[in-house]
Amino acid sequence: MLLLHFAIILPFLFAFIGPLLQKALPRVHTGWLMLPAPVFLFIYMMSLIPVNRERGPLQGKLSWMPSLGVDFDVYADGLGLLFALIITGIGSLVVLYSIYYLDKNKEKLTHFYVYLMLFMGAMLGLVLSDNAMVLYGFWELTSISSFLLIAFWHKRERSRYGALKSMVITVFGGLAMFAGFLLLYTVTGTFSIREWIAEAPSMANDALFLPAMLLVLLGAFTKSAQFPFHIWLPDAMEAPTPVSAYLHSATMVKAGIYLVARMSPVFAGQQAWLWLVSGFGVATLIYGSYRAMKQTDLKALLAFSTISQLGLVMSLFGLGSAAAFYTGTEQALFYSKATMAAVFHLINHAIFKGALFMTAGIVDHETGTRDIRRLGGLMAVMPISFTIAVIGAFSMAGIPPFNGFLSKEMFFTSVLNIREAELLGLHAWGALIPVIAWVASVFTFVYSMLFVFRTFGGKKSFEKLEKKPHEAPLGMLLPPVTLASLAIVFGLFPNLLSYSLIEPAMAAVHPNLLEPGKQFMVSIHLWHGFTAELYMTAGVVALGIVLFLLHRRTAVLHAPLFERVSLNRVYDSGLKLLDRFSGSVTKLYMTGSIRQYLIYIFVFIIAALGATLVSEGAVQLDTSGFADMSFYEAVIIIALILSAIAVPFANSRLMAIILTGVSGYMVTLFFVIFRAPDLALTQMIVETVSVALFLLCFYHLPKLKKEVVKLRFKLWNLLIAVGVGTVMTLVALSASGGSSFESISHYFLENSYTLAGGKNVVNVILVDFRGFDTMLEIVVLGIASYGIYALIRVKLKGDQEEGAIETRDPKLSLNVYGPRSNDVILRTVAKLAIVIIVCFSLYLFYMGHHHPGGGFIGALMASAALLLMAMSFGMDAVNRIVKFNFRKLTAVGILVAMLTGIGSFAFDAPFLSHAFDYFHIPLIGELELATATLFDLGVYLTVIGVTMTILFTIGRDQ
Amino acid sequence: MELYMSLAIGVLFTVGVYLVLSKSLLRIILGTSFLTHGVHLLLLTMSRLKTGAAPLLGEKADAYVDPLPQALILTSIVISFGVTSFFFVLAYKAYQKLGTDDMEQLRGSDDE
Repeated sequence: MLLLHFAIILPFLFAFIGPLLQKALPRVHTGWLMLPAPVFLFIYMMSLIPVNRERGPLQGKLSWMPSLGVDFDVYADGLGLLFALIITGIGSLVVLYSIYYLDKNKEKLTHFYVYLMLFMGAMLGLVLSDNAMVLYGFWELTSISSFLLIAFWHKRERSRYGALKSMVITVFGGLAMFAGFLLLYTVTGTFSIREWIAEAPSMANDALFLPAMLLVLLGAFTKSAQFPFHIWLPDAMEAPTPVSAYLHSATMVKAGIYLVARMSPVFAGQQAWLWLVSGFGVATLIYGSYRAMKQTDLKALLAFSTISQLGLVMSLFGLGSAAAFYTGTEQALFYSKATMAAVFHLINHAIFKGALFMTAGIVDHETGTRDIRRLGGLMAVMPISFTIAVIGAFSMAGIPPFNGFLSKEMFFTSVLNIREAELLGLHAWGALIPVIAWVASVFTFVYSMLFVFRTFGGKKSFEKLEKKPHEAPLGMLLPPVTLASLAIVFGLFPNLLSYSLIEPAMAAVHPNLLEPGKQFMVSIHLWHGFTAELYMTAGVVALGIVLFLLHRRTAVLHAPLFERVSLNRVYDSGLKLLDRFSGSVTKLYMTGSIRQYLIYIFVFIIAALGATLVSEGAVQLDTSGFADMSFYEAVIIIALILSAIAVPFANSRLMAIILTGVSGYMVTLFFVIFRAPDLALTQMIVETVSVALFLLCFYHLPKLKKEVVKLRFKLWNLLIAVGVGTVMTLVALSASGGSSFESISHYFLENSYTLAGGKNVVNVILVDFRGFDTMLEIVVLGIASYGIYALIRVKLKGDQEEGAIETRDPKLSLNVYGPRSNDVILRTVAKLAIVIIVCFSLYLFYMGHHHPGGGFIGALMASAALLLMAMSFGMDAVNRIVKFNFRKLTAVGILVAMLTGIGSFAFDAPFLSHAFDYFHIPLIGELELATATLFDLGVYLTVIGVTMTILFTIGRDQ
Repeated sequence: MELYMSLAIGVLFTVGVYLVLSKSLLRIILGTSFLTHGVHLLLLTMSRLKTGAAPLLGEKADAYVDPLPQALILTSIVISFGVTSFFFVLAYKAYQKLGTDDMEQLRGSDDE
C-alpha cells in the first residue's frame, strides 16, 4: 500500500468523515471541511512531477483478487499525473467556489459534498489505475456520482431527466468498454494495461482485436460526449454550476479522452483507430461548435462548446496516433505534434472552460437568469466577472496572447500535417480536415463572442431581471480569477507546462517513439513567423466578426435548423419503447395472481424432479428390506389419508381446522411408531398450541365460503396437485429404496457421547454438531414473532381502519383477554396442573442432553402451561404472575445463545465449540455440566418468548 | 411400510398443493401445514423406517434409527409453527384492511 493508494482513498474517507464532522461543527459550511482534501492532493500530485521525471512513474501494487487477475495496482506516469492535477486543481477551485455558490441554509450540503468527494476519488482512481477492471469500477463510479450530482435538485423534473439520460448513455458505454476489456483479457490473459501495451504488436492480428477496439471506443465516445452520444451533456447542465464546471467540462467528460490516450499505445498503428478517433472527433468538433452558436442559455452554449472542444482534443489524439506508422523515423516526431497539441489543449480547455462556467454561474447567481436574450450590459456592474469572461472567451476563440491561441495554432499545424501522411486514403480526404477545422474555429469564435458581449455588452436593461445585479463576493470570484490568470500566464510562458506536464504525458502516449532514456523536447512559442496557421487564425477572426455582427439579423445563424428531427427524440422514444416492451413482456407472466406464481413453481417441480427421476432410472419398486406394517399402523395411515382428503371438502372453518389437527396428531403417532420420541413430544405440543392459536385467530378470520369457481379451475388445480403428489411419492420410494451413497448419520451416533457428552443424539445434533443452524433458527423464530407483533400492534400514520369488516363471532373466540373464566373445575385443576407442567418443562429441558427433551420441547411445554394459565385466569393474571416482557425474553434468549457461541473464542476455539465435564455435587450426585446446556437455555428462553409473544399479541388484538 | 408411507406422503402433498392453489387465504394456510407434514414424513421415510431403537444412547441397543432426519424435522416443526402463526396474522390483517380473503382480488395494483 502506497501513499498513492492512500491519495485515491482520501476523498472517499472525506466523504465518510465529512458528514460526521458536520454534525460536530454544524455552523461551518461543509465545503470548508472538504476543501483540505483536494488541496492536499494537488500539492501531493505536484510533488510527484519531479519524481516521475527523474525516477520514472511511481508504482504501487496491492493484491486484491489475484486469482481473477484483478489487483489494485496504481502508477502515476505523465498522463495519469496530468489528469490527477486537473482533477485536484480544478477540484480545489470548484469546492472553494461552491462554498459561495450553494447557500448553507437552503441546500443539502452534506449530500452534495459526499457525492463530490465520491466523484473525486473515483476519478483519481480511474486515471491512476493500471488494472483495467479496477479502472472500469472507478469509471462506473464516476457515472453514478455524476448521476447523483446532476439530480442534486431532484425535485425538478428536468434534473431527474438529465441525470437519468447521462446515466443511461454513459453506463451503456461503460458496459461496452467492459466487454472490450474482457476481449483484451482473452487475447492477452491479463488486465494490466501496461502489459497490454507491451504485448500490443503481437495482439494486432488477433480476430478479437478489432471488436475490442470498437467496444473500448464506444465507452470513450459516450463518456466524452462525442457525436452522436453527446445528447446527455446539454441535459446534464441541470446540475449546480460548480458541478458543471468540474464534472461536465474539466474532468469526467475527459475520462473518455483519457481512455483513448491511455489505450493509444495498444491500438495506435491501426488504420481503424486513426480514422475512428479523428473522424468522430472532427465531426463532434464541427457539430458542437455549430450548435453552440444557436443556444440562448449560457450553460447550454458552454455545454455544446465543451462537446466541440472535446471533439477537438479527441481528433488530435487520433491524428497523433499516425506517428505509430512511422516509428523510428523523423516523421514520427512530426506527427506526434498532434499529441502535443492535444495534451496542451486539454490543459487549456480545463482552465478557460472552468473560468467560463464559473462566470456563467456568477451571472446566474447574481441576476437570476442565464438567458442571453434577457441579459446584457452587465459590464458596468460586474467588471471583474466581465474581465474573466473576456479572458476565457478570447482564449477559447484562439486569440493571442492567451493560452487557447497557442493550442489552436498547434491544432492547425496538426491538421495541415496530416495531409502529408501517405497512407489510409488520407491523401484524398485529408485535405478536408483542415477545412472543417477552420470552419469550426470560425463558429467557435462566434459563440465565444456571443457569450461575452451578449451577457456583458450592449445596453443596460435590468428591468427584465429578477434581481438587481451586482458583483459577486470575493470568494466566488477568486477561483475564476485564478483560472483566468493561468490562461494569461500559460499564454505568455507556455514552456512552464511543456517540461513539467506535456513532455511526460507525451512519453506515456507514445512509449515506443523514442529511444529509452530520451525525452520529448517540447518548446512552444507565441510567435513563430508568418505561417499558414497565422493566416488561418486571421481568417477566423475576420469571418468570425462578420458572422457575429450578422448573428442577430440572420435567422440561419441563431434559429435551430431542424425542429422535428433530433437525436433527443430518438433517445426519448427509444427509451419509451423499451420501457413499454419490457413492461408488456413482464406482464405476460407477472400477473399478480399468487396462484399463477405457485403454478409455475409446482409445474417446475413436477417437470424437473420427474425428468430427473426418469432419466436417472431412479423409479424402481424394490420392497426388499422395507419394514413390515401392523394393523394399528394401517389404521393410522388410513385415518391420516382420510382426514387429509376431507379438508378440501370441509365447508366450515372449524371443520377444516379440526381435520388439519387430526392429521397433525396422526403424524405425531407416526413419530412414536418410528422411534422419534423428541419429534412426537414436539409435534404434540405444537399441535395443541396451534389449536389454541387457531381459535385465537378465529375471532378475526373470515368465514369459509364455498368457493364458486369454474370446473376448469378446479381440474387444473387437481391435476397439478396430483402431479406433485405423485412425484413426491416416487421421490420417497426411490429415496428409501436404495442408498447410492454412505449416510453421514453414523458419525453422529458414534461420536455423540464421546465428543459432545450427550446420549440423546437428536438433541446433541441440534445444540452441538449443528448448533449454528439452531442459532439461526431461533433468530428466524424471533423475527416471525416480532413480525406478528409489528403487524398487529404497530400503527403507522394514516393507518385508519377503514372498510374493516366485522365478522367477529365472540361465542367462538377463546376468552383469554377479558374477565377470567367462570369454569370452577378448570380453574381448580389448572392451579395444580400449571405447577406440574412447569416442573415437567424444566425436567424436559434439563434432561434433554441424555433423554428425550431439550430446549425446544421444554419451552413449548412451559408455553402450554402459561397458555393454560391465561385461559383459566385471564391474561392479566399471567402478566401479574410472570412479569416478563416476552419480546425482551426472546432477545435475551438469542443473546444467551450467541454469547455461548462467542465464548468459544476465549478458548481459541471456533464459534460455538462446546465443552463438558462431570462434577460430583453433594446430595445430587454425579452431574454433567456442559456449555451446550447454556446454549440450550438460550433456545429455551427464545422459544418461550416467541410462543408467548405470538399468542398474547393475537389474543389481545381487538 | 415404506410403500404405504410413500403413498400417504403423496396424498399429503396432493392435498397441500390443492389447498394452496385455492382462492381463500384460510385454505392456503392449511395447505402449507399439509405440505409441512408431507415433508416431515418424507424425511423420516427416506432414512428407512424402524431400523433400530430410538436414537438415545442410553438404550444400549444394537442399532438405532437415523438421528439426522429427526434433528432436521424438529427444527422444521418449530419453524413452521412460527411461520404458520405469521401467515395467520397476515391473513386476518389483510382481511380486516381489505375486506376480502380472495387471492384473485388481492392482486397488486398496476402502479406498484
